[in-house]
Amino acid sequence: MFYRENGQFKTTYKEDQQIFPITQDRIGVLLLIAFAFIGVPALADEYMLRAILIPFLILSLAALGVNILVGYCGQISLGSGAFMAVGAYAAYNFFVRIEGMPLIVCLLMGGFFATLVGMFFGIPSLRVKGLYLAVATLAAQFFCDWAFLRIKWFTNDSASGTASVSDLQVFGMSINTPYEKYTFCLVFLVVFGLLAKNLVRSAIGREWMAIRDMDVAAAVIGIRPMYAKLSAFAVSSFIVGVAGALWAFVYLGSWEPAAFSVDRSFQLLFMVILGGMGSIMGSFFGAAFIVVLPIIINLVLPSLGALVGVEVSTAALTHAEQMIFGALIVWFLIVEPHGLAKLWSVGKQKLRLWPFPH
Amino acid sequence: MKIRSLMMAVAVAATGLTSAVVTTSAQAQAKEQFFPVLPYRTGAYAPNGVPWANGYADYLKLINARDGGINGVKIAFEECDTAYATDRGVECYERLKGKAQGAIFQPLSTGITFALTEKAPNDKNSLITGGYGRSESSDGQVFKWNFPLMGTYWSGADIIMQHITKKEGGNIKGKKIALVYHDSPYGKEPIPLLQERAKMQGFDLQLLPVTAPGVEQKATWLQVRQARPDYVLLWGWGVMNSAALKEAVATGYPREKMYGVWWSAAEPDVKDVGEAAKGYNGLVVTGEGGKIIADIKTHVHGKKQGTGPAEEVGSTLYNRGMVSAALAVEGVRQAQSRYGKGKVMTGEQIRWGLENLTLDQKALDKLGLGTVMKPISTSCLDHEGSRSARVHTWDGKKWNFTSDWIEADESIIKPLVKQYADKYAAEKKLTRRTAADCQS
Repeated sequence: MFYRENGQFKTTYKEDQQIFPITQDRIGVLLLIAFAFIGVPALADEYMLRAILIPFLILSLAALGVNILVGYCGQISLGSGAFMAVGAYAAYNFFVRIEGMPLIVCLLMGGFFATLVGMFFGIPSLRVKGLYLAVATLAAQFFCDWAFLRIKWFTNDSASGTASVSDLQVFGMSINTPYEKYTFCLVFLVVFGLLAKNLVRSAIGREWMAIRDMDVAAAVIGIRPMYAKLSAFAVSSFIVGVAGALWAFVYLGSWEPAAFSVDRSFQLLFMVILGGMGSIMGSFFGAAFIVVLPIIINLVLPSLGALVGVEVSTAALTHAEQMIFGALIVWFLIVEPHGLAKLWSVGKQKLRLWPFPH
Repeated sequence: MKIRSLMMAVAVAATGLTSAVVTTSAQAQAKEQFFPVLPYRTGAYAPNGVPWANGYADYLKLINARDGGINGVKIAFEECDTAYATDRGVECYERLKGKAQGAIFQPLSTGITFALTEKAPNDKNSLITGGYGRSESSDGQVFKWNFPLMGTYWSGADIIMQHITKKEGGNIKGKKIALVYHDSPYGKEPIPLLQERAKMQGFDLQLLPVTAPGVEQKATWLQVRQARPDYVLLWGWGVMNSAALKEAVATGYPREKMYGVWWSAAEPDVKDVGEAAKGYNGLVVTGEGGKIIADIKTHVHGKKQGTGPAEEVGSTLYNRGMVSAALAVEGVRQAQSRYGKGKVMTGEQIRWGLENLTLDQKALDKLGLGTVMKPISTSCLDHEGSRSARVHTWDGKKWNFTSDWIEADESIIKPLVKQYADKYAAEKKLTRRTAADCQS
C-alpha cells in the first residue's frame, strides 16, 4: 500500500539497471539528499553541525570504505585506522610542502597513498583469511602508528609531532564555518556513496561478493582471487584514506597519531557489523549509531537523573554511557545479527505487504 | 513486533528528552558567568585527572559560596568528560562553547590543546593551559588566545636542568641524561629545549619514548640499564609514572637520580610504589594550601558540597586544579575591573583580563592564595606570567620540598619561543600583533 512497486514496468535495460529501480526509492533518496544539503544546515545549530553531523559524515565515509572490504569482499581488516592516518598525513604533506596545491587534490592524493599502503598490506590476504588476516592487517596499524610518531618528516618536523592545517580553501571559497565544512563533507560523501553503490553492483562488485561467499568456488568459475582481493583493498583504502584526510583537515584541524589509533579501527569495524555487512546503507546507520548514540546518552542521562532526583556526576555519566552503549550493541546484535540495514529492509518489506501481511 | 514497538517508544522518548534538555539549557543563561570544564574522570589517565577536576570544581564552588560569585556574578559551570581523547575533547568544546558568549577553556591535555588552538580564535574563547600545551604559545603576539600560565614544558625542563647542574657543581659536561617520555605531543614538548641545553652545556641527551598509555616500558628500561644515564627525566602522565617507578626499582636505577615534571610527581604516581619510590624527585608549582584550603574545608566540604573525597583536599594535583580555576576566575575579575564590575564578561573582555593579569603577593594573600602560588603577571608579549617551580622529593610517605623556587632561564627560553612562534606564524600565514592590537 505505502510501498508498492507493481505497475512499474521496466522496458529497457537502462531502466532496469538504474541505481534505484523503484520510483519511491529514487524520489526518497533525492529528497533525502536535497534535505541534507538545504534542510539540515537551516535547522541544525552550530553544535549539531560541528560536533555531531560533521563527524557523522566523515565516519560514514570511512565506514563505507571498510564495508567494501569487510562487508562485500569478506576480508576482515583491523588496519582501517592506519589507512585513515596515511590519508591524513599524505594529504598534509602535499598541503604544506607544495605551495598552492588545491585542497581537493590534496585529499585525493591522501586517498591515493592510502591505496598504495592498503594494497601493500592487502597482499597477505592472498594467503591468509579470516582472523589471521585481521591480525595481519593489525600490523599495518602498528606500523603506521610507529611511523607517524617517530619519523619527523611526515609531520613537517614539528617539535611535538602534531600536524595542523588551517585556512582551507576550495576554488577560492573558504571552508571555515560549520556550514561550509558540513557541505564540503557532504559533497564527498554523496559522490563516494553513489560511486560505491555503483561499484558494488558492477562486475567487480559481484566478484568481491563471490570471493566473500566462497573463494574456492569463485576461483573455479574464473574469478581471479588476487585481482578481486587487491582491488577491494585498493578501493576500500582509497575511500578510507580520503575520510582520514577529511577527519584530520576538516574535523580536528590539528591532530596526532592517537587520532587514528587502533581504537578507530575497531570503531569502524563495529560500525560495519552493527550497520550491516555488505550494505551501503548500513554504513550510514552504523556510523550514526556509533557517533550519535553516546552523545545522546550523554545529553539525556543527566536530565533523566534529574527527573528521579539523582544528580549524575561526570564520571558516573561516562561509565553509564559505556555500559548502556555496550548493552545496546549486544542487544542489537541479538535482535538483528544482520545489522540495522536489515531492520530497514524488513521494515520496507512490511510496508510492501501492508495491510495484508502473510 | 513487540520489540519493534518498544524500540519506537525508546526512540521517541529519546528525541523528546533531547529537545527538552536543549531548551532548558538555553533558558538557563541568566546573570551567570559560565565556566566550561573539560576534565577526565575516566580513561587511562583518570587517577591523575580526577584530583585536578575535583580541585577545579571545588574552587568554583568556593567562589560562589564564600564570595557570592565574582563581584556578584555567580559562577555556573558544567563538566564534559574528555577521557583525554582529542576527538572527544573537540566534541566537548563544541558542546559547551555555545552556552556562553565566550569562556575560558582548560583542556588538561596537550593533544586537545593543539586542536583547540586552531578553533578558539574563531570563537573568541581563551585557552588557559597552565603548565602544559604548546610551549611557544607563551608568545602572546602570535598566540593571541592561548595562555600557558605558570610555566610551559620548556620552563619545566629548564628548571630541572638548572637543579641538576647545581647539584653537579655547575658542570655537567659529558654527563648522560635520558628523557623517558610519553610518546605524544605532551612528551615531545620538552625536547627542543633539552637539545638546546645539551648543545650549550655539552651533556649527552638520550631520548627514550614510551608508547601511550605507558604501561609497557620493559624495552625502555632495558635501554636505561644498558646506557646507565646519570639522570633520568620522566615525562609521564597517569599510569605511566607509577609503571616507570616500578621499572626503575626492577632495573635497580637509583630513584634519587630521577626527576619528574610537575605532571609526573603527585600522590597518585608514587602511592602504589610507596617506600620503593623513596628519593624520587619531581617539580611542583603549587605550595602548601594554607588559608584557601581551610576555606574550602569550611565553605565547600563542610557544607557537604565538596567534589570527591575530603582527604584529597590539599594534595598536589588537587591544588593544581584549584590554582587553575583561580587563574580563570581572576582573569574574569580583571576583565570586570575594566569593563564593569558585576557584569557578565564576553570572550574578548575575558581575553583582555587574562592578558593583563597582575597578581602580586599582596593580591594573592587577600585571595587566600598567597602560599599556594607564586605572583603572576602577564602581558601582551608574555602569556606565561611566571615561570618558576620547586623540586619536591618523596620520602616514602609524603612529598617534601627540597629546593627553593627556581626560575627558568629566560635567556635560553625566549629565543626558542620566538623561533618556534615565528615558524608557527609562517605556517599559518599570521602576522605578529602590533602595539595597537596589544592595547585592545
